Amino acid sequence: MEAFDAFIVIFASGIRLAVPLIFACLAGLWSERSGIVDVGLEGKLLTGAFAAAAAATFTGSAWLGLCSGVTVTVLMSLIHGYASIDQRANQIVSGVAVNMVADGATALIGNAWWGQGGRTPQLPDSALFNSIQLPGAYTLHDTPIIGPIYERLISGHDLITYLAFLLAPATYWVLYKTRFGLRLRAVGENPAAVDTAGISVRGLRYGGVLICGVLVGFGGTYLSIAQAAYFQPHMSAGKGFIALAALVFAKWRPLPALATCLLFGFLDALSIRLQGTILPVIGSVPVQAIQALPYILTVILLAGFIGKAIPPKASGIPYVKER
Amino acid sequence: MKVDAVPRPPAIELIGIDKRFGRVHANNNVNLKVERGLIHGIVGENGAGKSTLMSILYGFYEADSGEIRVNGEPVRIRSSREAISHGIGMVHQHFMLVQPLTVLENVMLGAEGGPLLAAGASEIRAKLAHLGREYGLEVDPDAVVGELSVGLQQRVEILKALVRGAEILVLDEPTAVLTPAEADQLFEMLKVLKSQDKTVIFITHKLREIMRLTDRVSVMRLGEMVADFETAKTSPPELADAMVGRKVILRVEKGQAHPGEIALEARDLVVKDDRGVTRVDGMSFVLRRGEIVGIAGVAGNGQSELLEALAGIRPLAGGEILVEGRVPPPELRTPKGMRKLGVFHVPEDRHRMGLVMPFQACESAMLGFHDDDVYGAGILFDRRAIAADTAEKMEHFDVRPRAPLLKTANFSGGNQQKIVLAREIERNPHVMLVGQPTRGVDIGAIEFIHKRIVALRDAGKAVLLVSVELDEIMALSDRILVVCGGRITGERLPETCNQQDLGLLMAGVSEREHAA
Ligand SMILES: Nc1ncnc2c1ncn2[C@@H]1O[C@H](COP(=O)(O)OP(=O)(O)OP(=O)(O)O)[C@@H](O)[C@H]1O
Ligand SMILES: [Mg+2]
Repeated sequence: MEAFDAFIVIFASGIRLAVPLIFACLAGLWSERSGIVDVGLEGKLLTGAFAAAAAATFTGSAWLGLCSGVTVTVLMSLIHGYASIDQRANQIVSGVAVNMVADGATALIGNAWWGQGGRTPQLPDSALFNSIQLPGAYTLHDTPIIGPIYERLISGHDLITYLAFLLAPATYWVLYKTRFGLRLRAVGENPAAVDTAGISVRGLRYGGVLICGVLVGFGGTYLSIAQAAYFQPHMSAGKGFIALAALVFAKWRPLPALATCLLFGFLDALSIRLQGTILPVIGSVPVQAIQALPYILTVILLAGFIGKAIPPKASGIPYVKER
Repeated sequence: MKVDAVPRPPAIELIGIDKRFGRVHANNNVNLKVERGLIHGIVGENGAGKSTLMSILYGFYEADSGEIRVNGEPVRIRSSREAISHGIGMVHQHFMLVQPLTVLENVMLGAEGGPLLAAGASEIRAKLAHLGREYGLEVDPDAVVGELSVGLQQRVEILKALVRGAEILVLDEPTAVLTPAEADQLFEMLKVLKSQDKTVIFITHKLREIMRLTDRVSVMRLGEMVADFETAKTSPPELADAMVGRKVILRVEKGQAHPGEIALEARDLVVKDDRGVTRVDGMSFVLRRGEIVGIAGVAGNGQSELLEALAGIRPLAGGEILVEGRVPPPELRTPKGMRKLGVFHVPEDRHRMGLVMPFQACESAMLGFHDDDVYGAGILFDRRAIAADTAEKMEHFDVRPRAPLLKTANFSGGNQQKIVLAREIERNPHVMLVGQPTRGVDIGAIEFIHKRIVALRDAGKAVLLVSVELDEIMALSDRILVVCGGRITGERLPETCNQQDLGLLMAGVSEREHAA
C-alpha cells in the first residue's frame, strides 16, 4: 500500500511536470508541421511565464495573466514567423536569438521592476490557477485503488492541466480530419504542391506559427501562475528543449507527443523523488542520469534503434519560387 | 466534325508574355495561340523557357508583362487558384505531390469541399472512381503517394487536374519518366480528352511524340517563340532545325568500331540496394577498348546498381570486377580508387550524384578531383586556376553561358550535363561508365554529347552506356546487352535487331521463348 501511495504521488507530480512539456511540444508540432522550425520554444516558455506573472502581479487576476502570457508569446512567434516566412532568414538562428533575448530580457525587466534578482513577488491564491476537485472525488475517497487514483491523479488539477490533456486529441482531430489540417501537413512537406493547388503557403505557415505562439503561451503561464506562484529567472529550465526532444521522439505526431511528454514528466518526477535516497544494491541514485534520460532516449531514437524519425520534409527551408 | 458558323475563340491566347529571373530573360515577348479541342505541342531546347511560360499560364509565376486570354476573354492569373478557376490544369515537370500523404489527400488538397475532410472525401472518391474508369486512370485512393511508381504518381497529377474540372490540360515533359508502355497509355488518354473537346498542351523533347500525337506544334528558342507549325505539314528535321537555330543531324555518325583488349570484365556480379534487395543477380560481360556497349532495359532493372558497383560506390555482394584483367585490391574499390585505375563515371542522376546545385559551376566541375595539382597545392585552393580550368572545359564542351562562377542550378539541364561530361571526359579515362547521358536534354545538346561519346570510343576508350532510351542505345552502341530483373536477358548487335526484338528481351521474355 505504501508503494502504491508512492506511485500515486510520483505519477501526480509527473503529470504536473508534463503540462508545460505538452504545451511546448504541441506548439512545436504546429510550427514544424507547417514547415517552420522553432528552437525558440524555451525562450517563449520563459517569456510567457514572465508576462503572465507580471500581469497577475499588477492586476491580481489569473485570467489577465494568461492573456498577457499568450499575447507576448504570440508576438514573439510572429516575429520569428516574419523572419522565417517573409524574410527567409535562417530559422535556427532566429530561434536561438529568441532564446537569448528571452533569457536576458525577463531577468532584466523583472529586476528593474521588483528588485529581488528578477523574481516577481509571491502571488496570492486569487491570482493563480488553482486545483479544482472533480465531482465525486470526496465520495470515492475510501474506495481502494480507484479512490486514490481518481482523487489524486485525475481530480485535483487546475484548468490549464485539463486543457493540456484535451489539446493532444484536439490537435489530432484538426490535423487529420479538417481542411486546415490537411493543408498544414502538406505545406510542411512540399510547399510547392500547396502553392500549385491554389493555396497560400504564407497564410498557412503564419497559421501554424500563430497556433504555436498561443500554445506555448499557455505552457509559460502554467509555469508561473499555476505550478508556481511567482516568476523566477531561468524557471523554464530547459523544458523547451526537452519538448523539442519529445517532438522528435513522437515523430511529429500529436498523440505520441502527449505520451512522450508524460513519460518525460514522470522521469523528471522520479528523479526529484529519488534525490538523496539510498536504494539497496544501487546505493545513492544517479539522479543526473535519470534527468538526462529524455535526451538519451531521443538520441537512441535518432540513431535509428526505435523506428525512424523523419521530420516534415520542408521544415526549416524557406519557400522560394524564384532561385 | 461540325464546322461552326462563327469561329470559336482559341482556348488559350498568350500575348507578349515577358518574364525575367534576375539576369535570365526566360520569356521574351512570347505569343502563343492554342485552339480549343486540339493537342498542341511545344518543343525547345533546355532553358528555352517552356516550363516558365506554362507556369505563368498556371499562375505559379507572375509575368512581368503580357496578356492572357482564355476562350477569348482577357483574364488576370495571379495565382494557381485563379488558373484553376479558369479551367486550367497542369502536370508539372517536377511533380507537385506530397509524398507521405495518400492519393486521396493529394487530390483533395485545395479542393476539399468544406472545412471538414469527411464531407468532401466521399465525393472525391466517387469522382476518382469515375475518372479512373472513363480515362483508364485507376489508382488506389488510399495508397501513399511516395510508395507509388513514377508512372502512377503522374496519374495522380493528372487526376488532380481532372477532378478540378480542367478543360485545358498542360503536361510538361510527361513522358520523360515513363516506360514506353506507360507513355502509350498516356497518349490514349490524351486522345480521349481530345475527343471530349478538351484542350491539351504537351511539352516534350521527343520529336517522335510530337509527330505522333499533336495537331499543332510551337517551337521556342532562347526565351522566344520562333515557329509554329501544323504537325501534318512539318517534319522532325525541320522542327529540330527551328529549335536549335541551325542544321541538326539527328542521326549519330559513327564509323566501324575496332574493339581491342578487354578493359573491364564483370564476372557473376551480385549487387544489393540500400534495402538489401538483390538488384543485380549474376551479370557477366566484357567491355573492350574502342567499343561502346549499351545496356538497354526498363528503368529499375538493376542498371543503377550495376553502374554504382562498377564505379566503386556500391559494394559487391558477389562476383568480381576485373580492370585490365586484374581484380583491384580492396582499398581501390572506392570511387576514388576506381578513378585511379582509369574507370570514370557519369552518374545517371546528375542532380543527386553528379553536381552540387548551389555550388558555382567551377566548384561542381572539380568534384572528385579536389586533390589535383592544377587546383593548387597544399591547403588552399587556387580559385583563379579553378575558374580558368572550368572556363577551358566549358569552351571544349560548348557549355552556355560560359560562366564558371554562375551557380550550377542556374544552368539548363543540358548544360549541367555537359559540365559533368566535361569533368570526366577531359581527364582521359580508360573506361567511361555513362548513365542516362541525355535524360531531359534537348536535341542540340544530345547531338553534341553523342558526338563526344563516339569520339571517346574512337580514341580507343571503353564505354559502357546505360540508357532507357532505345533510340539512343541503338544509335550509339556497338553491342547491346539487354537487362531485366537484374539479369542479362540477351545480347544483340544494333545492325541486326529492331525495337520490338529488344522490347521483348526488356520485358524478360527469355531467348528460348523468344525463338519459339
Ligand atoms: N525559378 C527560377 N528561378 C530562376 N531562374 C529560373 C527559374 N526557373 C527557370 N529559370 C531559368 O529560366 C530559363 C528558362 O527555364 P525553363 O525551366 O522555363 O526552361 P525549359 O524550356 O522548361 O527547359 P527544360 O527543357 O530543361 O525543362 C532557364 O535559364 C532557367 O535556368
Ligand atoms: Mg522545363
